[in-house]
Amino acid sequence: MLGIADPLVLAAFLGCIAVTAVSVLYGILRRNAAVDEVTPEDRAWAIEEQKVEDEL
Amino acid sequence: MTGHSAVGWVDIVVILGYLLTTVYLGWLGYQRTRTGADYLVGGRSVHPIIMAVSYGATFISTAAIVGFGGVAGLFGMSLLWLTFLNIGVGILLAFTLLGEPTRRLGHHLGAHTFPELLGARYQSKGIQIFAGLLIFVFMPLYSAAVMTGGAVFAATQFDVDFEVALLVFALITAAYVIPGGLKAVMYTDTFQGLIMILAMAYLLLFAYTSLGGVSAAHQYLTGMADLVPAPLQAMGHQGWTAMPKFGWGATGYDLWWTVITAIILGVGIGVVAQPQLVVRFMTVRSRRELDRAVPIGAVFILFMTGTPFAVGSLSNAWFAQHGPLLKGQVVKEIDAERGHALVGLMKETSPGRWEPVINPKTNQPATAPMVVVAHQPAQDGQGAPVDLVSGRAPTVVYAKGDADQIIPTFINTALPRWFGLVFFLALLAAAMSTMSSQFHTIGTAAGRDLYERITGKHGTEPSVLAMRIAIVIGLLVSVSISYNVREEYVIARFTAIFFGLCAATFLPAYVGGLFWRRATRVGALASMTVGMLVSLFWLLLVKAKEASAIGLVQLVTGGKTSLLADYPNWPSVDPIIIALPLAMLTLILVSAVTKPSDPQHLRRCFPQYAAPQATTL
Repeated sequence: MLGIADPLVLAAFLGCIAVTAVSVLYGILRRNAAVDEVTPEDRAWAIEEQKVEDEL
Repeated sequence: MTGHSAVGWVDIVVILGYLLTTVYLGWLGYQRTRTGADYLVGGRSVHPIIMAVSYGATFISTAAIVGFGGVAGLFGMSLLWLTFLNIGVGILLAFTLLGEPTRRLGHHLGAHTFPELLGARYQSKGIQIFAGLLIFVFMPLYSAAVMTGGAVFAATQFDVDFEVALLVFALITAAYVIPGGLKAVMYTDTFQGLIMILAMAYLLLFAYTSLGGVSAAHQYLTGMADLVPAPLQAMGHQGWTAMPKFGWGATGYDLWWTVITAIILGVGIGVVAQPQLVVRFMTVRSRRELDRAVPIGAVFILFMTGTPFAVGSLSNAWFAQHGPLLKGQVVKEIDAERGHALVGLMKETSPGRWEPVINPKTNQPATAPMVVVAHQPAQDGQGAPVDLVSGRAPTVVYAKGDADQIIPTFINTALPRWFGLVFFLALLAAAMSTMSSQFHTIGTAAGRDLYERITGKHGTEPSVLAMRIAIVIGLLVSVSISYNVREEYVIARFTAIFFGLCAATFLPAYVGGLFWRRATRVGALASMTVGMLVSLFWLLLVKAKEASAIGLVQLVTGGKTSLLADYPNWPSVDPIIIALPLAMLTLILVSAVTKPSDPQHLRRCFPQYAAPQATTL
């Protein structure tokens, strides 16, 4: 199949495409599934992170 | 094999144009929102394409494209299992299982670096210093791999010495990294990622169309199995579309253990414990943002690793069909019907007189497996008649036996010059986006994780100075390593060493810290120590390629290349196979018999198990 005789290499070739397809499907199905919230703790962390970055 | 002329003014204009665009986007980023943290402070979402491509551009470097692409050219399409793991583990599993717990834990504990995350989780200054030190010492090895990848290509593309290419490449990346590229400005990362995608998409299309389509290309490559060079066959190479021969107890299985344990597992698993990638999860706004980034991230990695691995392998078919003709004398028929033969290479020393080419490594006449296309009468150096044959060989012959040269040689020979320039920009982009995060990690490891932790002074000027000095030292060490070490597929090997070391040292403590509340400080420290020491022991004394290059094992054993040199296959097994399970076992056993973490601290780490969610903005 597809000119590749070794089933394990063929599995790798098709597996790459399959796992990408699963990832795309996952992203589409869960597009709005998870909560999207920013807590005060998240903001405090981000402000500190900006300071760390700015120091550099 | 250089088919193109030296660097011209068009090249300089295009490269300068690219660099100016990068600088402009960086400046634009500074004026507005630039990093993940800025988006968070502003309470805004990062577009999933920007998030995913930015992460991917940090993940993928010249090491993957030139280094591992070259290894695929040598060992074949079995490397596609690494692409499978890069997507399945590095994107799907990392984003869906590790991303959100890492983000939450980091924010609960106020951690801003990977060592700080581990140190804060286990309430251990020692763990943070240990992790910071390991990153500071070993990350330059990975940076060197990235630099070598870029410099090898630039040297071939522009027909300059490797040393000159390395110097120019180092200066360009330093000019980008030192003044401001350290900030993970998402615009520039995304711009760089898009150039990489365009270059890889064209390369993939070219490779398959020039070989008559997907099935025809694979079929031809499958039919070349008998042209695998003898030394590779002796290690278990069975063709570029076949897995290496599997077994244990004979040197004929060495290639399987090298490809599967070091290249596929070492890098495929090691990616989830990469400090510069783990911190990216903390800058994400929410779980939703992570979920949305998964599809683009997967497609990006498919192109970025799948393309060079497939094209690296297919380059053998391209050279066998379209490569420059080589001349020589048949030493042994392999398949007379298809013209496959082992040929002693010859060069014309004077008109009509042909003499053997001498292999500088062995000082013996060079031979190559070839597809013979023509015969002609000629004379050897002494005037005796010879049947001179013309033919084409697998890529490694044109790359003079150096796997790191396979992708540059293919691009330089097979593709138009304009594409070589675009590909160089893609490599520059890949190197800059990865190196900026590598040196960011080296800097914060030295300043925040080492200097501040050891002295107890936080956010002081000397700490910033320590970061800057560490970055300059890191750059110099990386350039020195690139300059001095030029051995067999060194780019992929350096990358695999660093990824494997990170996996064995950090992975159990990191994953245990996220999901196992019973994991203790002593357990984590013991696990990290075991993971690191076993990895280093294996690299110094057992794994033949690395150990013999370092030299200590020869002193200990009186000249052998491995402590286990008399036990076939052991010297090819990667440390990750031994060190990672031992480190995991150590975490479990030591945690089971040591004092559990303070319950109050655990409530802070995992408030979702103890209290209602915090109020949203």
